[in-house]
Amino acid sequence: MPKVRLATVWFSGCSGCHMSFLDLDERLIELAGKAELVYSPIVDIKEYPDDVDVLLVEGAVGNTEHLHLLREMREKTKLVVAFGDCAVTGNVPSLRNPIPREEVLRAVYGEGEVPGLEEGAVPKLLPQALPLHAVVRVDRFVPGCPPSADRIWKFLQGLLAGRRPELVGADLRFG
Amino acid sequence: MIQLRIDDTPVQAEPGETILEAARRAGIRIPTLCFLESLSPRGACRLCLVEIRNWNGRLVPSCATPAQEGLDVVAHSEKLAALRRTILELLFAERNHICAFCVSSGHCELQDLATELGMDHVTFPYRFPALPLDASHPKFGLDHNRCVLCGRCVRACAEVEGAFTWGFSGRGVETLVEPDLGGPWAQSPTCTGCGKCVQACPVGALFEKGKATSEQVKRPEILAEVTERRPRA
Repeated sequence: MPKVRLATVWFSGCSGCHMSFLDLDERLIELAGKAELVYSPIVDIKEYPDDVDVLLVEGAVGNTEHLHLLREMREKTKLVVAFGDCAVTGNVPSLRNPIPREEVLRAVYGEGEVPGLEEGAVPKLLPQALPLHAVVRVDRFVPGCPPSADRIWKFLQGLLAGRRPELVGADLRFG
Repeated sequence: MIQLRIDDTPVQAEPGETILEAARRAGIRIPTLCFLESLSPRGACRLCLVEIRNWNGRLVPSCATPAQEGLDVVAHSEKLAALRRTILELLFAERNHICAFCVSSGHCELQDLATELGMDHVTFPYRFPALPLDASHPKFGLDHNRCVLCGRCVRACAEVEGAFTWGFSGRGVETLVEPDLGGPWAQSPTCTGCGKCVQACPVGALFEKGKATSEQVKRPEILAEVTERRPRA
């Protein structure tokens, strides 16, 4: 059986979901037998490849780079997973959403040159940090801030075995 | 006794009992949010909706509908589950209910309901409203971002404490729970500082200061305990 082509990406989030993913510990060895990591912040591949089977997205969609990358990824991926509360709800990055974009950036950077206000070396900040499904079609949702390693493992096992829903009951808890 | 059926189970009810009370006594769980034992029913959240087969499938809030002879009640079906999930999603989309940074995370009825009803995401666009927080009171805080407008605080204050401090201001989506004719809470001439509203609150809208998230355990059952100990006329 060919290995599942797995990718992960980190948008507006704290990397906690990736840390939780690494907390799979020895289960990572079992996963490595079934899946090949083709793109991720923890592997050195610059371009998002074609024909990805499963993509785990951590973080909300916060700037134009996230927006463009996510749309490209959606086209090249069979199954997009909102991985953790930021991707599912907006979560902590969405704290800024009631405040106008420029006001947020000025509060952080002060007067003068403000990165992210316009398109430049730093991508333009979107008016609001959005959950993934506000931008593209999302196939699965894994809540949790972060989802525990046990929950991630349960999800991945269910997914690889073709069971639906992969998560039920207490494993759907937000926060 | 009144005879009715809930989910095809014969159930008995005392005259004056609601469908919800009859269901609970029969061990049939119906999800609720704005309902709190010992307070008058309000029918505000609609999570306890049930379908009455012999009323042409009409949907009624079970907390506010009296049990009646011969009712054929559906409390659980795929349709009702979908309706309840939709109601929950609307509640989550309306204000900034973000569990990860809420004082009530882990002890929240809204969070528990989302888990119970299998809500894995919110299909409606979030409103992300800019709402204030009243931290003026020395013991308690009020965060409008978390409020679901269930009115349990309003009823606890009026019906159990008798202070009538809390009320609703504004209309529709702009509605706010406010003390007297508007805050700040610390300056309320009617508030006795009893904290019954805080115990009644199902979410993180009313909270105790100086308590970490793990300690922020509410005791809504305290209202029934207080009223049951009172001498009856």
